[in-house]
Formats: sequence, structure tokens, C-alpha cells
Amino acid sequence: MIREITIGQYYPADSFIHRLDPRVKIVCTLLFLISLFIQNSLLGYLIATVFLAFVIHASKVPFKFIIKGLKAIILLLMFTVVMNLFLTKDGAVLVRFWIFQITEGGLKLSVFMAVRLIYLIIGSSLMTLTTTPNALTDGIESLLRPLNKFRVPVHEVAMIMSIALRFIPILLEETDKIMKAQIARGADLESGNILQRTKAMVPVLVPLFVSAFRRANDLALAMEARCYFGGEGRTKMKPLLYRRQDYLAYAFVAAYVVVAFVVGRFVPFHIWIF
Amino acid sequence: MSIKLEHVNYIYSAGTAYEKQALKDVSLEILPGQFVGVIGHTGSGKSTLIQHLNGLVKANSGVIYYNGENIYADGYDMKSLRGQVGLVFQYPEHQLFEEDVLSDVCFGPKNQGLSKEDCEKRAFEALELVGFPEKYYHQSPFELSGGQKRRAAIAGVLAMKPKVLVLDEPTAGLDPAGRDDILDQVKYLHDQTGITVVLVSHSMEDIARYVERIIVMNRGEKMFDGTPKEVFAHYEELEQVGLAAPQVTYVMHDLKARGIPVDTTATTVEEAAEEICRALKR
Repeated sequence: MIREITIGQYYPADSFIHRLDPRVKIVCTLLFLISLFIQNSLLGYLIATVFLAFVIHASKVPFKFIIKGLKAIILLLMFTVVMNLFLTKDGAVLVRFWIFQITEGGLKLSVFMAVRLIYLIIGSSLMTLTTTPNALTDGIESLLRPLNKFRVPVHEVAMIMSIALRFIPILLEETDKIMKAQIARGADLESGNILQRTKAMVPVLVPLFVSAFRRANDLALAMEARCYFGGEGRTKMKPLLYRRQDYLAYAFVAAYVVVAFVVGRFVPFHIWIF
Repeated sequence: MSIKLEHVNYIYSAGTAYEKQALKDVSLEILPGQFVGVIGHTGSGKSTLIQHLNGLVKANSGVIYYNGENIYADGYDMKSLRGQVGLVFQYPEHQLFEEDVLSDVCFGPKNQGLSKEDCEKRAFEALELVGFPEKYYHQSPFELSGGQKRRAAIAGVLAMKPKVLVLDEPTAGLDPAGRDDILDQVKYLHDQTGITVVLVSHSMEDIARYVERIIVMNRGEKMFDGTPKEVFAHYEELEQVGLAAPQVTYVMHDLKARGIPVDTTATTVEEAAEEICRALKR
């Protein structure tokens, strides 16, 4: 039941995207996200769609698996769309009833916000689905290393993140087991109003917290037993190295961003289908 | 009170890269009052199998009957089924949550809708049945030893007065003395109350000493199903799938190979000792 959540989960496959250096994937994901928000025309989003479709195809991750991550943001998505739709007052009024009115600008903005949010989630889940949590934090650590000069504990932050990511699937599985154990004792976790349901979660949350603290303790002990003391002077078994494919990927994404930017900003080509 | 499985199939994460067939065409029947052992190594599907028995996991295909009623039928009362087929999971840490042991054991009967007095009466009975020391009744379940936690967890399920008790590796992580204690207690429970017991384990020694019937699972399929003597006669096949017969089985076979006329079907140390004495006296 709870295994369905895919955010932060790695999908094992052997594809071009999977083999890329994590730094490439992080930077490119960021570029893609930025490109989504500077986009302002339908044509620009068409280009983003083609780009995203291409990358999804190259990643060999089943589409069904990717959109599962969207379930988590449905509420946020609906909220954004409704807010933008009714509160933006810009351009010609399309529909008017009671105190509400929908304007052309509002419709445009709400559609674009929805597309942006959906692509944002798909783009970033694509990164986490094709990169192991370890590679991901290695990449972040390496990208943020310059901040060390400003006394930011980059290694420690990266370690905390990698541990947090690593524990998501473990804790999910644990939650699943605990829920089953309590359901087996007749616990009712699904019916009732919000208050009853929150109360019904206590028998699940208490064992979960106890186990999370126990795991944290064990992990700290295991790290200390292996003389872990932080990032200073620490070397890597597999240092990150750029290869030819990584430069290719950079070039490809850079080309996309340039095209998207130019098209989105300067091509006076507004297709409106109303 | 029988549980009957017909051609049950179960696939984990169907349609993804993690897809895995956990159960393949499993058919079996557990009769009232039986003491059944389910054995198989990690990933053989034994845990998945027992989660079908109380409807926690729904089979992708196949039917399960409890007392002749299809549990997947519309409107079937799953909650009542879970009260009758009590399932104790491997780790007591997954179910203990209350401030003291007594109220934790009351959780099951409370969910069945019993009054506070009845819940406590049931809890006292259950704790006594599993031999839980009275001085810890009001202690936090998190401060107990491994063996006592396990007793508290079993009591938590027994308090619901199930007709069938299913135990998933109740001895994992216990020392040999604690292991024997728990299993002796379960045996005592079975003999005293006539409750049906399904015991999951990967230790042949444990299983051989207590159960009257063994179901061997291998890669999601039922491999053998019979009395310990019948199953251990296949000790060479068991070895091929990463399981082993109890040590005495090997001793008896070796003795026979060296010309001592013993009967090789002994499954416990006591039986083997008797058999060797008998053979040597001749």
C-alpha cells in the first residue's frame, strides 16, 4: 500500500541517463527547471515537452513509474490552479459569475503553472530515479565544494542528506510492516473522520519513531567504529570524473536551454487555442 | 476452523522493475487443531504466504476459504477474520506502542469492541498463557528483554482469542534458552487450548521438535507437505535448495552407511538416542 510513493527512489536500469555523472544530472535538472520558469509561450512548452519525452525515453524508466510521483502533489496542483484561475486579473474577461471572474491572463497563468509544476516534479523525479542516492550526494558535495571557503560544512550537509535519502525506503518499508502488525490486531486505520484517523495513527507512529531513533543510534555507532570523523582529508574510492558522454549531455542540454530561451522570449509566435 | 488456499498466486510490485512473483500456484489446507511448521529460506515466500491467511495481503489470483467461506467475497468481514486468525509478526518492536504492557495487550480486544473490564480480563489471561512475569505488567514494553517483548507481542494477539495462531519466526534474535522457552510455551498453549498453530521458521531443529506437519516453501512454491519424517526423508533435495534436515538425520544416515542397522527416520535427538540404543542392544 505504502510502497507506491516514488519520490526519492532509485529505479535500477542500464541506460545512457543512468550512466551519466551525477553532477551532470543535477546541473541539467536545475537548468531544465529554470527553463520552465522563464518560458512564457505555448511553443516554449512544446519544446520542453519534446525534450522531456526524449529524456524519459532515453532513461528506460517506465512512464507509469514516473507519473506515480505526481500523486503526492495533486492537492498542491489543484490549489495553485484554482488560485491562479480566479485571482489573476489580467486581460479580457472570459467567464463571470457571482463574485468570481476568469480572465484570459488568469487562464493562461493557471495552465502554465500546472504545466510547470508537473514538469518540475517529473524532471526532478527523473533525476532521483536514475541516480542512486549515494551518487546524488557525491554530486551535490562536489558541486558545493567552493562553499567550503565560506566555512559551510559541505561534507557534513551532504552526509546528512545521503543518510536521510537512504532511510526513506527503509522507513517506508518499516511503516508498512508496522501498519500490517497493527491491522492484524484489529486496528482500523482507514475509516472515521480526520480526528479519529489521526488518533488511529498513534499505534503506528510510536513504533516508527522508536525504531528510527534506534536505527540512528546504531548507524552513529557503526560510523564511529569505522573511525568516521567528518570530511577533512577524506578521499573517495570512486572520485567523480567527467567523461565524453557527460560533455555531450551538457552540450545537448545547453542547446535546449538556448533554444527554449530564444523561442520563449523573442519569437513573436503566440499560439492560442481558445 | 480450517483455512484452505486454492491456486494462490501473488506478485509484488506488479508492472515495475521490482516485479517479483512471491507465491506460485499454492494450494493447501490447514486443519483445526494442527501444529503446522512452515519452512523455507529467506525470500521463499513463507512470510507472504502467512499474510494471506488473515487477508492482510490479497492474492492476485486464487481463492482462500476460511470455514468454507471465500474471504475475498464482497462484504466479507475482514476484521472478524483478523480476530480469528491471529498473526504475530517477527519483530515485537513493530507492534508494541503503549505506555505499559497491560494496555498494549488490551489493544487487540479493544479494537474488537469489548468493554474495559473484559479487555483487561482477556489481557491477564493471555499474559498468563504465555508465561509473562506478573511483575512486569505495568512496565513500559520498550524496557523489556527480547524474550519478554516477544511474549508480550504474542499475548497481544492471543488476547483477541483467535482460533488460529500464526507466528512469523518467533525465535529470531533470541538466545538458545530464550528460543526453547518460547517454543515450549507455544507447544503448551497448543496442548492446553487446542488452538491451531502455524509456526514459521528457518530452523529445521525448531520445527522438527514441535510440529506434526511441515510445509516446505521454495521460491514461492510449495515443495513438500507432510509429517516431519516424510519431509526429512527428502533431506538431499532439501539440501539442494539451501535447507538442511536436522543434524540427527545426518547422524542416522551415516550410522546406517557404516553398517549399524538403525531406522533413519528419527527426527529428534531423543528419538535418535532411543533408536541407537535399540539397534546396539541387538
